Amino acid sequence: MTTAISVQDLTKVYGERSALSHASFEVPLGSVCGFVGPNGSGKTTTIRMLLGLITPTGGTGTVLGESITHPEKYLPNVGAMIEGPAFYPALSGAENLRVLASLGGFPQERVEILLEKVGLEDRGQSKFKTYSLGMKQRLGIAAALLPQPRLLVLDEPTNGLDPSGIQEVRNLIKELAADGTSVFVSSHLLSELEMIAEHLVMLREGKVLFAGRTQDLLRSQSAILLAKPEFAVDLNKFATVLQNSGFKVTVENGVVNIVADADSAAKVNRMAFESGITLSSLVATQPTLEETFFEMTGE
Amino acid sequence: MLNVTRAELRKLRRPTLLYSTILVVMLLTGLFTTIIFLRIGSAHGPNRRGDMIDASILSQPQGLVYGFKIVAFFLGITALCVFASQTAQEYTLGTLRNLLVRQPARMKILAGKYLSMTIFAIVLVLADALVAIGVSFALAGHAKVSTSTWITSAALVLFGKTFVNVLLATMAYGTLGMILGLLFRSPISAIATGVIWSLILENILSAVVSSTSKWLPGQNFSNIAQGGAPEVSYHWSLILSLIYLTGAFAIVAILFKRRDVAN
Repeated sequence: MTTAISVQDLTKVYGERSALSHASFEVPLGSVCGFVGPNGSGKTTTIRMLLGLITPTGGTGTVLGESITHPEKYLPNVGAMIEGPAFYPALSGAENLRVLASLGGFPQERVEILLEKVGLEDRGQSKFKTYSLGMKQRLGIAAALLPQPRLLVLDEPTNGLDPSGIQEVRNLIKELAADGTSVFVSSHLLSELEMIAEHLVMLREGKVLFAGRTQDLLRSQSAILLAKPEFAVDLNKFATVLQNSGFKVTVENGVVNIVADADSAAKVNRMAFESGITLSSLVATQPTLEETFFEMTGE
Repeated sequence: MLNVTRAELRKLRRPTLLYSTILVVMLLTGLFTTIIFLRIGSAHGPNRRGDMIDASILSQPQGLVYGFKIVAFFLGITALCVFASQTAQEYTLGTLRNLLVRQPARMKILAGKYLSMTIFAIVLVLADALVAIGVSFALAGHAKVSTSTWITSAALVLFGKTFVNVLLATMAYGTLGMILGLLFRSPISAIATGVIWSLILENILSAVVSSTSKWLPGQNFSNIAQGGAPEVSYHWSLILSLIYLTGAFAIVAILFKRRDVAN
């Protein structure tokens, strides 16, 4: 078994609406895989199908080598937090975890260990209804870690967390991945995913736009040269010169964005010089995951 | 299944639910049993219209369990509310997905929940029995009721039978609550439907068309608790209730097994 998750033609149709259409992708074992897409693109539907909560209309899939038609075979090794943390408001955080530990047959000692791991050791005895959004999210992550999972599925784990909380979750995911846990994480914080996810699955309107290595996706995108003329009056003139030479350009915030790789910098600089324009800066950049996402999804 | 039961008992034993429910049951039982003994010989006692309870009736072995079984209906309504809310809240809180990820065998979830709530119902019936018998002994002297027959083997057998009957009736109402909880997936809708049906609609129906009472589920559940009545036999009520509940439970169990958990 080399894949933590593998789906082929996975489809879910509600009435006439297709929530997921013939999705095929693989998540390598032991990797961190980001799962991205605009709201309503089918991320949560996919996650629910992988966890046996909803039945696919079509297609097949495996999780940890077992078919998704038999979730009881792999769920004991899977930790999950789906669509935000859901717990019993009248029970304490610790008691909520004990309920799930009893249910899964996990040792009760894990509860205190996990409360400490997610920074809730001081509030474990407080009722869940008194928790802030960030604390609820931490408890959700603790619940997902109860089974010492081989695969961790997290749906928006950083929702409601402050910057230090986000950093803690990032470090936790890195730590788990280093121990060999496969992590499948959906998030709207693409800058975070760019830092931790070696693999990426991108959805749009229920279809897979990309599935593969994050670096491959970013490298496939055209590089951008950012050229800033010394005088603002030269902006449009320079943009026209570049366009006439076949470059694709846009002007934003006093900078000419040129779709070209770093090797073209010298040529661009020469063209500016020949046109009597002095550049105060010329920088080569690679699009970020966020920019790539917007480009690909048309959001 | 036992893991599910253990997990469910953790929820059911929380003080606000367990102690407040037991307290309400004990207060109601104490109140009704007290009224029986204080209104002895009065046509305005808590008995059926036209029937009067006097000291000679209460001095028989059945006097021991009179207060116990008269509260069975309220026990049943309490069980209906608890079973309905414990089942339906999993949908409204969104916790069902957690349960199913940790225990994907959905029938085991149902069976474990049912077993835990049966234990809860036994605790309620025990509390009812203890208070009813305690108050009966305490007030017997004041009401000039002889308790000599209450400590005979016949009274013990009668107590055992009544305990089983009250428990069966309570479980029947509770099962109805669980069925409504699974069907409506909302505690408020399930409890409102169950209580309005049992408390109001069945009583109106049986008052307007007396022949319907033989077929109404709530009337039959209550008849089980009373050990049968001249108009409707105990066995009729037991079998009909079993048919109703088994049929309805099978339908909602299939729904529970097949429905997508999308919330």
